[in-house]
Amino acid sequence: MLNFHKEHKNLVLAAGGVFIALSILIAIVPAFQMQGTEPIPDEKPLTAEEREGLHVYVSENCMACHTQQVRNIEMDNMWGSRPSIPSDYYYSKKRLDVWRQSPSVLGSERTGPDLTDIGNRQPSEDWHLLHLYNPRAVVSASVMPSYPWLFREVDSALLKKDDKVVAVPKELFNKPGKKIIASNDALRLVDYLKYLKQTELPGGTINDFIPALKKIQAERNEGQQAGGLDGAKLFSQVCAACHQETGKGIVGAFPSLVGSTIVTDGDTEKLIRVVLQGYDARTDYGVMPPFGDQLTDEEIAAILTHERSSWGNDAAPVTADDVAKVRQYVEMELNK
Amino acid sequence: MKKCKMVILLFLVILPNILSAQEKITTDNWLSSPGIIGTFVLIAIVMIIAIVILFVKINGYIDSLKRRQIDTNKMAFDDELVALDDADIDAILEKRKAALKYKLKGNELSGSAIASDDKGLIQRVEKDPNNAYFDEKKKTSLSLETPLELKKIVIYYIGAATLWLVLGTLIGQYLGMKFVWPEMDHQSWLSFGRLRPVHTNMVFWGWSSLAMIGLGYFVIARTSNNKIHNYSWAWTAWALINATVLLGSLALMAGINNGGGEYREYIWPIMLMFAIGLIITFINFYKTVATRKISEIYISNWFILASLIWTIVLAIIGYLPFYQDGLGETVIQGYYMHQGVGMWFMTFTLGLVYYYLPSALNKPIYSYSLGVLAFWTQMLFYTMIGTHHFVFSPLPWWLQTIAIVFSAGMVIPVVAGTTNFLMTMKGSWNHISKSYVLPFFLVGTIFYFVGSMQGSVQAFRFTNFVWHFTDFNVAHSHMTMYGIVAFFLWACIYAILPKLTGREPSQVLVGGHFWLAFIGLFAYMISLMAGGTYKGLSWIEGNAFIESVILMKPYWVWRAVGGSLMFISHLIFAYNFYYMVIGYKKIKSSVLAKPIEEITV
Ligand code: HEM
Ligand code: HEM
Repeated sequence: MLNFHKEHKNLVLAAGGVFIALSILIAIVPAFQMQGTEPIPDEKPLTAEEREGLHVYVSENCMACHTQQVRNIEMDNMWGSRPSIPSDYYYSKKRLDVWRQSPSVLGSERTGPDLTDIGNRQPSEDWHLLHLYNPRAVVSASVMPSYPWLFREVDSALLKKDDKVVAVPKELFNKPGKKIIASNDALRLVDYLKYLKQTELPGGTINDFIPALKKIQAERNEGQQAGGLDGAKLFSQVCAACHQETGKGIVGAFPSLVGSTIVTDGDTEKLIRVVLQGYDARTDYGVMPPFGDQLTDEEIAAILTHERSSWGNDAAPVTADDVAKVRQYVEMELNK
Repeated sequence: MKKCKMVILLFLVILPNILSAQEKITTDNWLSSPGIIGTFVLIAIVMIIAIVILFVKINGYIDSLKRRQIDTNKMAFDDELVALDDADIDAILEKRKAALKYKLKGNELSGSAIASDDKGLIQRVEKDPNNAYFDEKKKTSLSLETPLELKKIVIYYIGAATLWLVLGTLIGQYLGMKFVWPEMDHQSWLSFGRLRPVHTNMVFWGWSSLAMIGLGYFVIARTSNNKIHNYSWAWTAWALINATVLLGSLALMAGINNGGGEYREYIWPIMLMFAIGLIITFINFYKTVATRKISEIYISNWFILASLIWTIVLAIIGYLPFYQDGLGETVIQGYYMHQGVGMWFMTFTLGLVYYYLPSALNKPIYSYSLGVLAFWTQMLFYTMIGTHHFVFSPLPWWLQTIAIVFSAGMVIPVVAGTTNFLMTMKGSWNHISKSYVLPFFLVGTIFYFVGSMQGSVQAFRFTNFVWHFTDFNVAHSHMTMYGIVAFFLWACIYAILPKLTGREPSQVLVGGHFWLAFIGLFAYMISLMAGGTYKGLSWIEGNAFIESVILMKPYWVWRAVGGSLMFISHLIFAYNFYYMVIGYKKIKSSVLAKPIEEITV
């Protein structure tokens, strides 16, 4: 009979053996199963540049603060249009090299926002670069570290044509005759961030978030039925990252909306076009990405109404019909 | 009293927030959810215990005041004596002499009849009772039997651990301050992302692991009544583990990170040294136990040997690449990080407590079989619950459910262990007023119960809903790795080192260490628990993310305050350690023999 009190060999063998058996059952077998998943048909592999960016992401250990998993509960809906599934990680979670394992991008703490869909939510390269150079330049309450070592200071005269200059506000960097340019690492990192987009599932989206507590759910439904989209909230979720909560933007990077003629013009076509198609007409500012695919007519109308009636702006509301009309024009133009 | 007030003050500051929150928040009475109520109750337990310890300590102080009063009475008595005249004194002395010469005849009770048990009251008569491990300590002084080599190993392991503790928590404190002042520095190698794993790995592999192994050497040798199999292997392992922590930290700061999975951020060539260190340690321990001079394997050795094998297996599974692409890596990550704390730190530390607690109290452990039950259930349940780190994630639902169910099952080993320790302490509460060894053990035990139960509660789906991804996790990590493991390790160190070296640190400084660490941890924990809850609720409400960053700011300040107290306590501990070991070789064992009896804590 086994007498663990006296036989050290049996004790050690039993403890070790049972543990190994359980480990195989609970870890190794499921791990092998999960490894067998295949990519979603439309899922894109990482390009060489994007992969390089992933390496920077791992080196700087962004996973310490950022998750990349949309859980199947409703509160995570703000990070993606559907819960994450194993196939989403097909391309990004591969062994990095001989020395380093497949990156733990799912993360375990959300000190900063989830980045699963950051490429859709924030497609602007200028924003990302400025944010990495100093997060507080764009989000004043941010506690994210600055990454100045991903940037270089150069003489304006020595600028090369393909150098990417970062539009840093004067309060942060003010040396006459000098510019801040992004290093290769910074550009690749931003490539990777822009790559992070949720792939649409074939056959339309399935919405299988577990609803949050019933009461909130009910309130939301009421709100939506009454057509009461909250323009201010949408603005702060979608636009304030660049144009700021105050609407004043950041000089040298993102233009002010306060008193802007485009914003307050009686004819709203131009304004709606900017939101639908993006905007890159002013060299003194960065590029604005298009939002046509991301926002519905109602949402755009709510946001624009908010812009036109806030911070001292005082212009008539925009309706969803106005937006729908411009959207039609735009599509017609594209088809021609 | 001041410290007590501070704790209460802290509580009062938070309380109104908690109560008023109920109106603001539309989430259906979250306050009355079982997980949250459970957590409040658990925290209340810790509070109460702390207050009890404080009262006992104050009582001890009042006693010493009383003693001083008695001293003055004695002086009055002396004066009286001097005033007596010679004849009176002679008479008194004669009487005393006669009393002292009095001897028993030996038959005062029994008379001269032959002893017999007419009523059959006596069941068993034994001449040498079989309490091999504990009773003998009363008579023998350890120093005579502890070879100098073993002493040296214990001291060097704990010494290196102390160094990593101070350095690692300095880094932790620096990280905590970065939440308050994110622009503190602009060095790549000091940035938050790179430094966070430096902190966690340093306190894991540097502080806790080295301290555990060092204390383990003594237990293994002592309870096997044997010499350590090979002393030089112990030094090799010491060097390997220290090199792991040193090189691993440098690599992380240089941006060489294995992939960011928590606690396996060291790349494999570095972690390999740690694994080899563990394997050597295991063989060394095993051989010592195998050639033991006592037939039974003491329960501590079960825990210690098993935790070594489990961790070796764990490191291998954690680092082998074959099944780690895609979410395979995530399954392994949950398994690895949970088993790291459960099978390594918790199991090993429990093994240490099964020896050092009873030995410090000079009595056997309350129940050996409860210990055995705790051992097997620890292995069965802990192994299954790794995926509770990924509830609601894209991992299979069945894995998550198993993890949640077995997390609840953890009640069995935890209650078994807690009962065993508390019942062992029962009847020895007066030790609390005598030294800080028992308070350290008591706080560790209470946190063992509270921290583990809170962890089980946190795995439930509703509480996970609120707390997952928030700072609440960080509170939980410190409640367990600090409240349980570090407190137990300190208890063991303060229990054993004075016996090995014959030098007892000043109780005021040990007390300073105890209270600063405890109050600091409490501030750290409560602030992040409260803040983490609000953060979770803010997310559920669907507020903009940055609002949850803004609302955390005061709580992060409190965390930094708590962290500073903890860090200061580690400096005091380092000094106490230095005091205990300085010049230990010079003290001869013959000199030591006597003080040992008095020191016995
Ligand atoms: C190089 C590594 C990092 C990268 C690439 C990165 C990327 C980002 C991005 C793209 C955002 C904007 C997300 C959004 O608008 O939804 C963000 C926000 C944020 N990050 Fe990071 N992050 C990194 C490291 C960190 C670290 C280490 C921390 C924690 C100390 C942190 C904390 C935050 C916080 C609090 C925010 C929200 C406020 C803000 O937008 O700045 N990040 N990060
Ligand atoms: C002066 C004492 C300490 C301070 C100020 C401190 C501070 C910190 C900070 C700021 C973090 C990062 C939290 C975040 O990312 O939000 C952290 C993480 C951590 N620390 Fe400490 N720490 C201390 C002592 C310790 C000790 C002694 C241990 C273990 C023996 C420990 C174990 C950990 C662990 C396991 C984590 C990761 C938490 C998680 O991911 O949930 N810490 N600590």
